[in-house]
Amino acid sequence: MRTRRSAHAVLALAAVAVLTACASGTATDPIDPDADITEQTLTVSIWADYYPADLAERFEAETGVPVTIVNHTTNEDVMAKLTTGADSGIDVAFVSGQYAQALAEQGLLAELEKSLIPNESNLYPEASELAYDPGNVYSLPYAWGTTGLCYRTDLLDFEPTSWGDLLNPAPEVAGTTTMLATERWMTLPAQKFLGFSINTTDPDELAQIRAQLEATKPTLLAFDDTTFYEKVVTGEATMVQAWDGWCNYGIAEDPNISFVLPEEGSDLWVDTMTVLASSPNKEAAMAFLNFILEPEIHGWVAENILYKVPNAPAMEALDPSIIDAFPNMGITPAELLEQEVAIDLGEFTVEYSRLVTEIQAG
Amino acid sequence: MRSSRRGAAAALLGPGSVYLALFFLVPLGLIVVYAFLTRGRFGGVLPEVTLDNFARLLEPVYVQVIGTSVGTAALTTLLALVLGFPTAYVISRLPSRWRVTALVLVLLPFWTNFLIRTYAWIILLNDAGWINGSLLALGLIDDPIRMLYTQPAVITGLLYIYLPLMILPLYSAIERIDPALEEAATNLGASRWRVFRTITIPLALPGMLIGSVFVFVPSMANFVIPELIGGGKSLLLGNLIRDQFLKARDWPFGAALALILVAILVLLLFLQARATSRMEGGRSRARP
Repeated sequence: MRTRRSAHAVLALAAVAVLTACASGTATDPIDPDADITEQTLTVSIWADYYPADLAERFEAETGVPVTIVNHTTNEDVMAKLTTGADSGIDVAFVSGQYAQALAEQGLLAELEKSLIPNESNLYPEASELAYDPGNVYSLPYAWGTTGLCYRTDLLDFEPTSWGDLLNPAPEVAGTTTMLATERWMTLPAQKFLGFSINTTDPDELAQIRAQLEATKPTLLAFDDTTFYEKVVTGEATMVQAWDGWCNYGIAEDPNISFVLPEEGSDLWVDTMTVLASSPNKEAAMAFLNFILEPEIHGWVAENILYKVPNAPAMEALDPSIIDAFPNMGITPAELLEQEVAIDLGEFTVEYSRLVTEIQAG
Repeated sequence: MRSSRRGAAAALLGPGSVYLALFFLVPLGLIVVYAFLTRGRFGGVLPEVTLDNFARLLEPVYVQVIGTSVGTAALTTLLALVLGFPTAYVISRLPSRWRVTALVLVLLPFWTNFLIRTYAWIILLNDAGWINGSLLALGLIDDPIRMLYTQPAVITGLLYIYLPLMILPLYSAIERIDPALEEAATNLGASRWRVFRTITIPLALPGMLIGSVFVFVPSMANFVIPELIGGGKSLLLGNLIRDQFLKARDWPFGAALALILVAILVLLLFLQARATSRMEGGRSRARP
């Protein structure tokens, strides 16, 4: 009897051990630099229209690895797939920096095998000093930029230089400005104007931010994070809080539009490439990241999406006329690094959501 | 014979019922379950049962949003009723060959994507838009009138989108009213107003109630109109629910908010069914 019971216990222990081994096996599936990647396939999740249309064909032509590209519309969209399903089937996911941080903290990302990504040397040295993932252990930056003021030089009789120009607008400007409605960005101008960190979790500072935004709201034309640059083009708005790349879409339509990085500073946002820990195709995934870092591929993003990329040879090869037409493409990595990187705030995110809801509903 | 008929009934009912059970009841069940669980830090839920999500509904900011939503939806419904009733009445009294044309015209806007129609309102209403541009060009105004990104603009947009959902049930109710009843009342000396009040309105009531539910509930749940036409300066329940899932990563609270909407819908349908059955019960009793 006793022996049988202990036999059961041994069996149970063995089962647990096997299960654990399986679980950790999927989690850390070791990378074999000599693996034959042509036997692997890749599923890549990335924002729509954020990559060359023939990316999959080009990668397959070069490496023999078939790629399926799926699109997500927002970070939350892909986070839901990656964090709730048992296996998302995704090998490579493009997410913003603080989301890469959140995924890495949950153990969902594979450590990058840098020996398979020699093109990492194309990145600016500054691109490995990003607060959400110092040293780029789990992620590599794909595009980066900042947030500032996008305005019509022909409709304003002054040059905005400060977040205060947006938050406490002159009477003739009031009613023609917009702010972003996404929580971490809605609070950004007030945080910088008041001298706080964009990652603040101090209730007193949050209260001051709230007071500023409550005072600003009546002066706004709208909260808008999808059509703000169109509003500047039509002249409905004279000055909007804008991501640098999106302001460029306005500049492309009207050269009277300008972008300024306010003197109080701003954020450094980064969209990154990550490899999922659950991926059975990690070697091919590393090869894919390496392929993106080719100056020609990475440069396509800068030239066509008008977002800065952290790739030195790609930016050096950029047609100077693009920087002439879109001056914020010329913001240097050193200038970008002076801005603050948003990091994931964990449970405190709820407080930001509540604040933004109160401002919008109030 | 009998069993084969039953088999046929099952075959006919089966696919639709299975579809509804799978894609309506299961998600609804998920919402109910999620509303009692705890927020996962990175989205999703943790299996810890709590009532916190419902307690949070009572916080002033959420009470305010729910109140605004009910008010906005109620006003939209009332306006839809006022605008929709005469339209439905006239259509139902048209010669039958024109009726189809008129009904197709009412439904015509649905042939174009909702977002595109919403953008059209932006082009019409904005400060540099067609209406302000025309008024300025004609010298009727000196400065543009702020129309877009205001609460009246939100209601205008909601009314535009949902008015057909009021007209159609109203039409079907009014169309069934026997014209002989109105004629009889007129012949017996009732004024037109009295005929309308004592015959047309009571008999059209089921349609009015259904149309009101059809307009009220989606008005509360809409999040595109407040964002695009309202300029994000006010929130409806729909925005709040969307934001919990897509921005705040707070699925349990989003589920609790969604349940409010379900509760309001069920309550309205219950009231509507009771009112209708009482009326029809009354009518059938009166018949012999």
